[in-house]
Amino acid sequence: MLSLDRVARTVLWQELVRGFALTLAYMFKRKVTLNYPYEKGPLSPRFRGEHALRRYPSGEERCIACKLCEAICPAQAITIESEPRPDGSRRTTRYDIDMTKCIYCGFCEEACPVDAIVEGPNMEFAAETREELFYTKEKLLENGERWEREIALRLELDAPYR
Amino acid sequence: MAEIFTGTIWPLLQLVGLTLLIVVPLLVAVAYLTYAERKIIAAMQLRQGPMFVGPYGLLQPLADGLKLFFKETVIPSGANRGVFLIAPMVTFVLALIGWAVIPFGPGLVLADINVGILYLFAVSSLGVYGVIMAGWASNSRYAFLGALRSSAQMVSYEIAIGLIIINVLITAGSLNLSDIVEAQAEHGWYVIWHFPMFVIFIASILAETNRHPFDLPEDEASLVTGYNVEYSSMTFALFFLGEYANMILMSAMASILFLGGWLPPVAVPPFTWIPGPIWFILKISLVLFVYIWARATLPRYRYDQLMRLGWKVFLPLALAWIVITSGVMVTFDLFPD
Repeated sequence: MLSLDRVARTVLWQELVRGFALTLAYMFKRKVTLNYPYEKGPLSPRFRGEHALRRYPSGEERCIACKLCEAICPAQAITIESEPRPDGSRRTTRYDIDMTKCIYCGFCEEACPVDAIVEGPNMEFAAETREELFYTKEKLLENGERWEREIALRLELDAPYR
Repeated sequence: MAEIFTGTIWPLLQLVGLTLLIVVPLLVAVAYLTYAERKIIAAMQLRQGPMFVGPYGLLQPLADGLKLFFKETVIPSGANRGVFLIAPMVTFVLALIGWAVIPFGPGLVLADINVGILYLFAVSSLGVYGVIMAGWASNSRYAFLGALRSSAQMVSYEIAIGLIIINVLITAGSLNLSDIVEAQAEHGWYVIWHFPMFVIFIASILAETNRHPFDLPEDEASLVTGYNVEYSSMTFALFFLGEYANMILMSAMASILFLGGWLPPVAVPPFTWIPGPIWFILKISLVLFVYIWARATLPRYRYDQLMRLGWKVFLPLALAWIVITSGVMVTFDLFPD
């Protein structure tokens, strides 16, 4: 008389029946699939995606070539060269980010005193060759124009926590 | 000339036509069984499953088939070419010829032979050959181990299945599948009288067709994928089709032996309006659902547990049930004629 209860459970396959009932119940639950390219989940305002160089509303580029981002970049992915423009202001002549080196830590964004370099919400920039991932100043400024609305909104939402 | 046509060619054509009438829907059923499997398992795991090829992913099996068809057939240099290529054909053909004796409705059977159940049993036993030939001819360790496991498992569980079938046979008093179904119209479905045997039968056919939770021959963790590792393209597709066709065949066997084949659950008007073959298909689908359900629910058995279950549990239980059945039938003189 070990335990009639235990014997009964074994003989009647209680565990098996409960397992089968569970999977059957799950079959009718709501599915959690997100059909990714067509449906997307929410992104935090702090999401660190593809880089962009921003401009002021006047159209003047924000970057003043202080090279703080280049200095802080732990992966040394950023390369900047600069010289004074004819009007006397200092601007970059070269601003390259090697996206294959970048670790998306966001330090460049943190370091920037003028909110010029930012990491936007875009993470769908996969490319077929390495060369396409060596971003130049033109590419980054173009990103800035394309994503300005989202970037500005995100910066505003995240501002209270910075 | 006309005599040869009416005497030989015409019946032959008829036979070919009838065969195609079974085989073509069967292959479509196999294709959609894979779809159903993916959908049901996905649903049980809170996923959607195939969704993008056609509405609700309904064309997915066709796309998969097309993909396999256009792939290259790789034959390993160490393989025995002849046997390597024959093995998938054997598996596939054996999975199809069993259908010759399956009655889809009253009189709706290709070959109404009196030893139908023996034929079916023999055909399913022969399935081991395809597996062991594939494992041997591949000249690969994984394939060979998978084949050994598979054949040992199939042989073990066939014995249990054979004894379970004997129970049905002594109650029905016939080896003809149509007669077995008709006997259930009289006696009530055998799932009621032989319920423990039905449960064991379902478990045994899971093992017989190498399905979860007894899919050790295809244990991807320890054997990559078992006896068909070296196969690709259409040779692989034939194994795949054979395996799934076998599942359907075994489900058909379960519905005929225990679930009353083409009989409606209750012989009263709303049920009798639906034609027999539809009931038969519904019952097959039910058993197939159990197959898939088990796959989504149960973890894989260990090999020694599998063997213990077959030889030390199912076999004695089936034997004991034969004694009980025959004892009851002798005592109350219930033998049919």
